[in-house]
Amino acid sequence: MPLLPDDILRRLTDRFGDRILPRKSPGSGQAFALVAREHVRPILAHLRDDPELAFDLLADVTIIDHLQLELPEMEGHRFAVIYILRSLRQNHAFEVRARVPEDDPIVPSVHDLWKSALWGEREAHDMYGVEFEGNPDMRRLLMPEDYPGFPLRKDYPLRGRGERDAFPQYRPPGVPTSPVNVTAGPEEARETAR
Amino acid sequence: MSEATETRGERGLSPIEFEDLRRGKAQDPSYRGEHPEPRFFFTDEEANELGGKRMALNLGPQHPATHGTLRVMLELEGEKIASADTEIGYLHTGFEKSAEHMTYHQWITLTDRMNYMSAINNNVGYAIAVEELLGIEVPRRAQVLRVILCEISRIADHVLCLGLQGMDMGAFSLMLWAFERRERIYDIIEAVTGARLTTSYTRIGGLFRDVPQDFPEMVKTFRRDFPSFLDELEEMTIGNRIFEDRLRGTGRIGPEEAVSWGLTGPILRASGVAYDVRKTKPYSGYERYDFDVPVREEGDSWGRYLQRIAEVRQSLRIIEQALEDLPDGPVNIENKKIVLPEKGEVFDNIESLIHHFKLIMFGHGIAPARGGTVYSATEAPNGELGFYIVADGDMVPYKVRVRPPSLYNYAIFPKVVVGSMISDAVAVLSSLNVIAGELDR
Repeated sequence: MPLLPDDILRRLTDRFGDRILPRKSPGSGQAFALVAREHVRPILAHLRDDPELAFDLLADVTIIDHLQLELPEMEGHRFAVIYILRSLRQNHAFEVRARVPEDDPIVPSVHDLWKSALWGEREAHDMYGVEFEGNPDMRRLLMPEDYPGFPLRKDYPLRGRGERDAFPQYRPPGVPTSPVNVTAGPEEARETAR
Repeated sequence: MSEATETRGERGLSPIEFEDLRRGKAQDPSYRGEHPEPRFFFTDEEANELGGKRMALNLGPQHPATHGTLRVMLELEGEKIASADTEIGYLHTGFEKSAEHMTYHQWITLTDRMNYMSAINNNVGYAIAVEELLGIEVPRRAQVLRVILCEISRIADHVLCLGLQGMDMGAFSLMLWAFERRERIYDIIEAVTGARLTTSYTRIGGLFRDVPQDFPEMVKTFRRDFPSFLDELEEMTIGNRIFEDRLRGTGRIGPEEAVSWGLTGPILRASGVAYDVRKTKPYSGYERYDFDVPVREEGDSWGRYLQRIAEVRQSLRIIEQALEDLPDGPVNIENKKIVLPEKGEVFDNIESLIHHFKLIMFGHGIAPARGGTVYSATEAPNGELGFYIVADGDMVPYKVRVRPPSLYNYAIFPKVVVGSMISDAVAVLSSLNVIAGELDR
């Protein structure tokens, strides 16, 4: 029996009480659960293992950087880790968000619940610099290994901080290298970001 | 001693060899010089010693079998793959970052470049996501046209994948046939959108323009001629000893494994899980059409090959029904705050001019509610194509995340090739149909 997101939210609040913040997105009206990062693993495990919920597919893991989109429920937390869940057996879908503060960006990994988290979390880490504790493979996925920044953070400028020109590369002797400021701080970056 | 012979000596030949060369001894079959007896590359002893040793092999990033720029690092024991790892990101273009600096409409052009084999499916997926965010529904005609073009595009994608499967295993003619058929499909797409690959056909709230007058005729011709190609393809490959042997049993993925790894699309269905977004959460009126979700139990490359052929047949069924279903009417919604007015009206009518100005100029335009988010999924040829959009009340999205099917389909690749041969790895990679454009975005 497919359940509506509101029903799933109700079941979760019955079970976990105030550890779940029920929320509804303006515009599309999609309901989701906002949780603290300490509770994300038990809640996701419950969503997967409860036979009536049975979320067997983790469709995607991504992150919202709330730096320029301040919402009251995100107070003191810069990142929201999004888990897009889907149940193939019950044919319903749900979204869970975990709040993560900026100064300690670590979330527990869920790769042992769903294998798809291995690469989903890896890409989220690559783009936003949030660590997924317990994921065995936290290498960068799309960016080069030695890349210094996290490109999808909101304080990262669109054109980068000059990494493109500052790569160690072969130059024939006699050709001068262009001076590039790669150590631009977040303040300067914030100005050029938009 | 002449000058020429001296130079030869300087190049490194020892005096004895030099003498031999001069006397023509090297041409004498009985002459073996200083070399030991001719022998095999390794002695038996040496081969035993090498038994435990492994060799690293880089497949790609530039390799004809990688269909784009993928790097696969294989650790080999003889010809067997002992372990594998992949590296992606060679085609990373930062589409998601660009989205945060472009308007909702502008970004449609970038969706073409993700899965460039079936650009219309990306266009439609993105347009549906933004429409869901705005809470609007496009007119019936636009929906049906989207369905027809999505299915045509899906066929083009599958057909090319089937052809390339042949090419990767040495059956080059399959690829040429598939390409020829795909070109005919692109003729239809070109007539409709004006471009063959980068279509950018959808607009938020409808379509770029209506289809040409002879569109139903073109689709009918295509619908009539195409099944013969599928029959040909089946005749050439099913029962072909080499083709089947290369595909059967390689790259096997079980159903639980497939779901856990987040696989979707033909790959998941070839592993025995009947999950299709068109059935489970219909969009654009897919619920009106009668079609099956083919499922296969094998879960190997051969299953995936047959799965794609079966899905093409279902797409043809949908096209046939949708074409009969095609109603008259507008292809865009009436709301001029979302859809650009006709160009003629803009010149003659002050209101249309204002609407045009507001949609185009920065700081106005389509602006979904602040804090609004949506995750909307459609069934692309490779699987579930999801768009996660966050709005901040501006005409530029706050965040756009693409859930590319290829990313999750490819993640399992190193796991499934371990234990098989190098050449199997190429066949498996081909059957997963990884499109680097959407993999790296």
